[in-house]
Amino acid sequence: MKNHDLVIIGGGPAGLAAAVSAKDHGIDDIVIIERDKEPGGILNQCIHNGFGLHTFGEELTGPEYADRFICQTAARKITCQLNTMVMDLKAGPDFKTVTAINRKDGIFQIHAKAVILAMGCRERPRGALNIPGTRPAGIFSAGTAQRLVNMEGLMPGREVVILGSGDIGLIMARRMTLEGAHVSVVAELQPYSGGLKRNIVQCLNDFGIPLKLSHTVTDIEGTDRLCAVTIAQAGPDGRPVPGSETRYPCDTLLLSCGLIPENELTRGAGIRIDPVTQGPVVSDSLETSAEGIFACGNVLHVHDLVDYVSLEAAAAGKNAARYIRGGRSAAGGTIAIRPENGVRYTVPAFISPDGTDETVTVRFRVDRIYRNHTIAVYFDNTPVSRRKRPVMAPGEMEQVILDRKKLAASPDLHSVTIRIEAPA
Amino acid sequence: MILPPLFSFRISCEKENHTMYDIAIIGAGVTGCAIARELSRYDASVCVLERGEDVCCGTSKANSAILHAGFDAAPGSLKAEFNVRGNAMMDALCEELDIPLKRNGALVVCTKEEDRPALAQLLDRGVTNGVSGLRIIERNELIRMEPSVSDDAVCALYAPGSGIVCPFEMTIAFAENACANGVSFFRDTEVLSLHRTTEAGGGYEIRTVRTGTETEHIFTAKIIVNAAGVYADRFNNQVSSRHLHITARRGEYFLLDKTAGSHVSRTIFQLPSAMGKGVLVTPTVHGNLLIGPTAGDVEDKEAVNTTQSGLSALTASCARSVKDIPLRQVITSFAGLRAHEEGGDFIVGEASDAPGFINAAGIESPGLTSAPAIAERVAAIAKDLLSLREKADFIPVRRGILRPQTLTMEERSALIRRHPEYGAIVCRCEMISEGEILDAIRRPLGARSLDAVKRRTRAGMGRCQSGFCSPRTMELLAREVPMAVTEITKSGAGSAILTGVPPKPQKDGKE
Repeated sequence: MKNHDLVIIGGGPAGLAAAVSAKDHGIDDIVIIERDKEPGGILNQCIHNGFGLHTFGEELTGPEYADRFICQTAARKITCQLNTMVMDLKAGPDFKTVTAINRKDGIFQIHAKAVILAMGCRERPRGALNIPGTRPAGIFSAGTAQRLVNMEGLMPGREVVILGSGDIGLIMARRMTLEGAHVSVVAELQPYSGGLKRNIVQCLNDFGIPLKLSHTVTDIEGTDRLCAVTIAQAGPDGRPVPGSETRYPCDTLLLSCGLIPENELTRGAGIRIDPVTQGPVVSDSLETSAEGIFACGNVLHVHDLVDYVSLEAAAAGKNAARYIRGGRSAAGGTIAIRPENGVRYTVPAFISPDGTDETVTVRFRVDRIYRNHTIAVYFDNTPVSRRKRPVMAPGEMEQVILDRKKLAASPDLHSVTIRIEAPA
Repeated sequence: MILPPLFSFRISCEKENHTMYDIAIIGAGVTGCAIARELSRYDASVCVLERGEDVCCGTSKANSAILHAGFDAAPGSLKAEFNVRGNAMMDALCEELDIPLKRNGALVVCTKEEDRPALAQLLDRGVTNGVSGLRIIERNELIRMEPSVSDDAVCALYAPGSGIVCPFEMTIAFAENACANGVSFFRDTEVLSLHRTTEAGGGYEIRTVRTGTETEHIFTAKIIVNAAGVYADRFNNQVSSRHLHITARRGEYFLLDKTAGSHVSRTIFQLPSAMGKGVLVTPTVHGNLLIGPTAGDVEDKEAVNTTQSGLSALTASCARSVKDIPLRQVITSFAGLRAHEEGGDFIVGEASDAPGFINAAGIESPGLTSAPAIAERVAAIAKDLLSLREKADFIPVRRGILRPQTLTMEERSALIRRHPEYGAIVCRCEMISEGEILDAIRRPLGARSLDAVKRRTRAGMGRCQSGFCSPRTMELLAREVPMAVTEITKSGAGSAILTGVPPKPQKDGKE
C-alpha cells in the first residue's frame, strides 16, 4: 500500500493541468496515473494546429500543446506513472483507494487524500448507433483512424465516407484527403454540425467536401471489406425519408457521432452521474458527490476546446489542494443551477454558498442553433443578467460567469436558472 | 482484393501435404468441432475443412448462446433427443474443456390468460422429452424472481436446467482439444465439390480452394461428415439423391452493455411460434444483456446483415416479455443464420444412398446445446463403419486462456511478476491484458485476425467495440505471428483493416 496526497487519474491535458495547479497551490505529493506509454492523452494524435490560442496566445499543434504542460509537470518534478491502468476507485471520507495495474508492480493500491478524475472520453461506436447492414472491415471511429494515420503511419482507407460532423470527423476528412484518400461526403443526422465552425470551413469547405445535414447512413454493404454505404435524408423524427437514398461506393466509413465521458471508475465508486453529460455531477469546486474526489476535462463533460479543459483542470487542481490542506469538503452546495429553455446542462450543477473564488464559471451547451438570442440568468425568479449572442450552436460551449458577491448578497437563494431567450 | 496467403498452413496441426484422411469433416462450427473432438478419441486420421479463417465463423458465432432445457422440440424428434442429452452432458463437458457455463434457468412468459393452454402444452412436451424440474409459476412468484418482467405477465413456465454458455469458447474448446488429440484443421479451405471415388473400398474425393485465392487442393477421405451449416444441403445433394433443402433463417440481435446485464437474471422467452422460439431477453455468461432473435427466411446464405425492419421489430418485440429494457445501452447489433431444413428436424446419420457420407445437417436451435450429443451419435456411426478403436493416449482435458480476472489480487500480482505481459491492459472495456492476447495468438489453432482475438479473449467486445484496443492488438498480431501490419484482417481474406501506408514524401518535398 502506498500513500499519496493527490492521485490524478489520466495524464492527458486535464490531468497534467490539474497536477500543475495542485502543485502550485502547495501540494507536493502528487502522482498522475496514465495508461499510455507517454503523457499527453489524445492530444498526441491531434497533429493539426489550432490549440492554445486562449491559453498561450499562439496556435499550437496537439503534441506541442501537450508538451507545454508536460514540461510544466517535469519542472515541478511531478511523478507520472506511465503504462499503468487504474482498475478500481473507492471513495471514503479519510482516504480514497485507487487500485491500479502495470507490468512492473503488478496490482497495487494507493491511499489518496484526494483524487482528480481526468480520464477523458471515448467515441460512440457503430453498435450504439444501430445502423443496419453488414459488419465488414473498414468501419472505424474517427479517432481510431486518426491514431492509425497520425501515430502509426498507416492508412485505414482510400475511398471514405464520414458519418457525423463532430470535430474529429471534420479533422479526419481533411487528414485523409491530405494523405491521398478521397472523402466523398460527410453526413450529419442533426440539422446542424456537432463540430466547430472553423473546422467546417478549414476541413470541409476548403477541400470541397460536401456536408449533408439531416442525413444518415441507412445501410452498410460488404461481407469482407466495406464496399458501399447508403445515405438517406433524415426526417424530423430522425427516421430516413423513403426515396431519398443515395448509395456511395467506398471502402471506409469513419464515425464521428459523439463522445462519451469515460466514467466506469466513477460509477464504480458510486459517484452520481449526470444523465445528460454522462459525467459526474459536480459543485462549483468541481467536487463530485464523493467527498475529496474532483473531476475535470472531458470526463466531466465533453469540451470543444482544450484551452477550456486546461482552465477547468487548473480549478480542479486548486480546489483539490485546498481540500487536502483543509481536509474539509466543499461539497453539499445548496444552490442548484437549473438549465432551462435550450440549455442542455450546466457544469457545475450546483454552487456551494461558502466558496471563496470571486467568480463561478458555469459552462453549458445549447440544444440547437440560436441566432441573436440571449443568455438570461435568474436568481430564483429574479433576472440578474442578460447577454446577447449572435450565434449559439450545440458544437460550441457557452459560459456564464457569476459574481460571488452577488450570490452572497442573496442569502436565501435556492436556484440559479440559465435560459436561452428570444430577442424581445 | 487478393491477399497474400494467411498462416493456417504454418500451424503444426495443419499439414499441407497430407491429403488422405480416414474422416473429413466439412465445417468448423460448433457441430463440426464437437464431432472432431469426439472422433479424436479414436485411432483414425481426421481433418476438418473450414472455409473461414478461423473456427466458429458462421452460425456458431451468432446465436442466442443458450443451453436449452429441451421443452420446445417435438417429442420423438432428433432435436428433442439431442437437446436433452446434450444439456445433460454439458456440466461435465464444460468442466473438462474449461468452457464458461451458468445454469441461470429460463422462464417462458405467458402474457395472456388465453395462452395458458399453450404454456401447459409446453410443460407437457418438456415432461415427455424428459426435461426435469419444469413447473408453471404464477405471477406473484414470477415477479419475485424477475422484477423486470412485463406488467402483462400472467404466469410462466420455469425451466431451472436452462443455461447460458459462451458459444465461441465452446467451439474453440472443442477444436483445440481435437487438435491436441491429432485432428488436422485446415482453415481458409473451402470445399467446392464432392464425389465418390470409383476405387475399391469407396471413399470420397473433396475438391477445395484456398479462400481468397484460386489455389485448389484435393483431399480424399473414407468418411465425410457434413457439418456445413447453411450449406449442408449443397454437399448432401452432390452425393445423395435424397435431397435436403436448407433455408437460411436470419435472426437479428442486440447486445447491450454490461451495465444492463442484470436487467434480468434468467433467460426470458416468449411463447414459441412456428418460426422459432421468439425473441428472448437473457444475460450472457459474460454479463451483457442479449436480445433476439428475429426470424426471417433469406435467399442469400451470406446475408448476415442486420436490417432496419429487423432492428425495429426487435425493439418492439422485446418489450412484450420484459419492461424498461435500457435500449440506449446497445453496444452492437448482429445477425446470424439458422440452417433450417424443410423437414424441421436435425438430419443426423449416414445418407442411405451414400455410404460413408454422414450428415449433421439442419442444425438450427437447439444446435449449440445438442452439439455434444450429435457428436456422440456421429462418432458412433463412424466407429462402426471403420471399426475404430479408442486411443489410449486421448487427452480429455483442455485449458482455456488464463483469465487473470478470475484470480485474487495476490495471485494476479504473482502472475505478473512471472509474466509481466499480464500487467499490461490492452482492452480497457473488458480489461483484457496483453498476456491473454498473446496466449490467444500462440496457442494451437491460434488467432490470426482481430475477430479471432476477440472471440478468444473478448478484447474488442466491450462498450467501445475495439476503438481503443484494435491498433494495439494489431501491433501484437504483427509482432507475434509475425506478419506485416497491412496483412492483418478483421476476419480473414478480403477483410484487411488497412489499405496500406500513406505515400512517403520525397526529400525534395514532392510525393
